[in-house]
Amino acid sequence: MSSKSSSSPLNSVTKKQIMGITGLLLCGFVLTHMLGNFLLFVSPDAFNKYSYTLTSNPLIYLAELILGLIFLSHIFMAVKLVLENKRARPVEYHSRTKSGRGSTLASSTMPISGAITLLFLVLHIINLKFGTHYDTEVGGIIMRDMYRTTVEYFQDPLHVLFYIVCVATLGVHVSHGFWSAFQSLGLNHPKYMPKIKFASFAFGIIVAVGFSSFPIFCYLQGVK
Amino acid sequence: MSGNSAHNMSLKLKIWRQKNSKDEGKMVDYTLDGVSPDMSFLEMMDTLNTKLVKEQGDSIAFDHDCREGICGMCSMMINGQAHGPEALTTTCQLHMRKFKNGDTIVIEPWRAKAFPVVKDLMVNRGAFDEIMAAGGYVNVNTGNAVDANAILIGQENAELAMDAAACIGCGACVASCKNASAMLFVSAKISQLALLPQGQVEAESRAIAMVEKMDELGFGNCTNEAECEAQCPKGIKLENIARMNRAVTKGLFSGR
Repeated sequence: MSSKSSSSPLNSVTKKQIMGITGLLLCGFVLTHMLGNFLLFVSPDAFNKYSYTLTSNPLIYLAELILGLIFLSHIFMAVKLVLENKRARPVEYHSRTKSGRGSTLASSTMPISGAITLLFLVLHIINLKFGTHYDTEVGGIIMRDMYRTTVEYFQDPLHVLFYIVCVATLGVHVSHGFWSAFQSLGLNHPKYMPKIKFASFAFGIIVAVGFSSFPIFCYLQGVK
Repeated sequence: MSGNSAHNMSLKLKIWRQKNSKDEGKMVDYTLDGVSPDMSFLEMMDTLNTKLVKEQGDSIAFDHDCREGICGMCSMMINGQAHGPEALTTTCQLHMRKFKNGDTIVIEPWRAKAFPVVKDLMVNRGAFDEIMAAGGYVNVNTGNAVDANAILIGQENAELAMDAAACIGCGACVASCKNASAMLFVSAKISQLALLPQGQVEAESRAIAMVEKMDELGFGNCTNEAECEAQCPKGIKLENIARMNRAVTKGLFSGR
C-alpha cells in the first residue's frame, strides 16, 4: 500500500466531498436568501430596509467574494466530475432500464438541473440586482427601492413562469444534493439516513414552494 | 432440460457480437424456440449456442463458472439491467420463467472504459484484480493458525464484515452505475477488512491506495444514485461507500 506522502489529496472521494461541502454551504445560502425574501410579504419598507442593511455593510463585498468562490468551486468540480464520468463509459448501452430501486429523477438529472440553476442565477442577478434602480426614502434614509424593482419585474407573466420553473428545478437539485452530501462526507447511518433523506426531500419542496411564492405575490401586487 | 414443452417459449434475442477487442461490434438478432421456463438464463444461452454451432459453426462468448451464484463470473446486461430484472440474482440464477413467450431480450456486455470487451459478452475485469493488489489485503505476518476466538470480535461488526465480504466482484455495480464507478466494489473490499481487528490497523492507508488505483484505472465518480446497490446481486449496501469515504478522509488527515 502506498504511503500518504505519495498521494494527491484530490481523489474521487475528496472531489465528491468538495461537491458536498460547497453544496451544503450553498443550501445554507439558498435558505437564508429565502427567509430574507419573506420580508416582501411584510411591507415594502421592511424589504427595502433589509436590502439596504445588507448592501450598505462594507463586509458584503467579502461575503459576496466568499459566496462566489463557493459557487465557482461547486461548478468547477461539477464540470470536472461530469467530464470524468463521461470518459469512464465511452460506449453506451443500447438498452438501459432503471431498477426503480435506486436512481431517481433528481439523482439522474443533477448536471442538467445544475446547469439550469446556473443560467437562472446569471439572469436573476442581471434582472434584479442589476435591474432598474429606483430610490425611496425609509426613516429619513435614501435607499434603493428594491421592492419596486422586484414587483415590476414580475409583472410579466413570462418572468413569473420562468422563475417558477427555475426554482422548481433548484428544488429537485437540492432534494438529491442535500442527502447526497452527507453520504459523500461518510455520514451514513441506518438510523439517521432515512431521516436525512426525508429532510432532503422536504428541503427541496420548501425551496421550490417558498421561492415560487415571491413572483406570484409580486404579480398579484401589481404596480401601484 | 425438463419441463412441460407446452409452456416452452419463443424468444427474440438482440445480442452484442464483437470478434475481439479491436472489432467495432454490433447488435445481432436471433430467434430461439423451445426455451423452457425452467432453464436458467445461461442454459438458454447454451441452447442458443448449440443451435448456432450446428447452423453456423460459431458460438457467442460469455463468462460463466460455478452457475450457483457465488463465483462472480457471469455478467451480461439483460434488457438494460445488470444480471437482468430480478433483484439479488446473478445471471446464472435468473430463470427463463421471468420472461414471456414472444419477449425480445437485449443482451450486452458490461460497459466501462476499465472493462474492455474481450469478445461478444465477455469483458476483462482485471481492473478489479489491480485494485485488490493495490491494498485489498492485510499486511501482517499471520504466523500459525490461532484459536478461532483468540481475538474477540463483536457480533455486529462480524455480521457487517461478512455482509461486505459477500461481494463476488462480478462488476454489476460498475455496469449499472451511470458513471461506471467502482465505488461499491472497492468499498465492500475495504469494509470487509476495516471492520475486523486485523484489518483496522491499515484501514486508512488501504482505503487511499485502493481509491487511487480505482481512479487511475479510469472508473467514474460516484453520484450517490444507488443503482449499484439496487442491481448488486449480493445486496452490498451504500453504507460501505460512506465507510470508505470516512476512511479516506481520516487517512488524508492522519497519514504521513
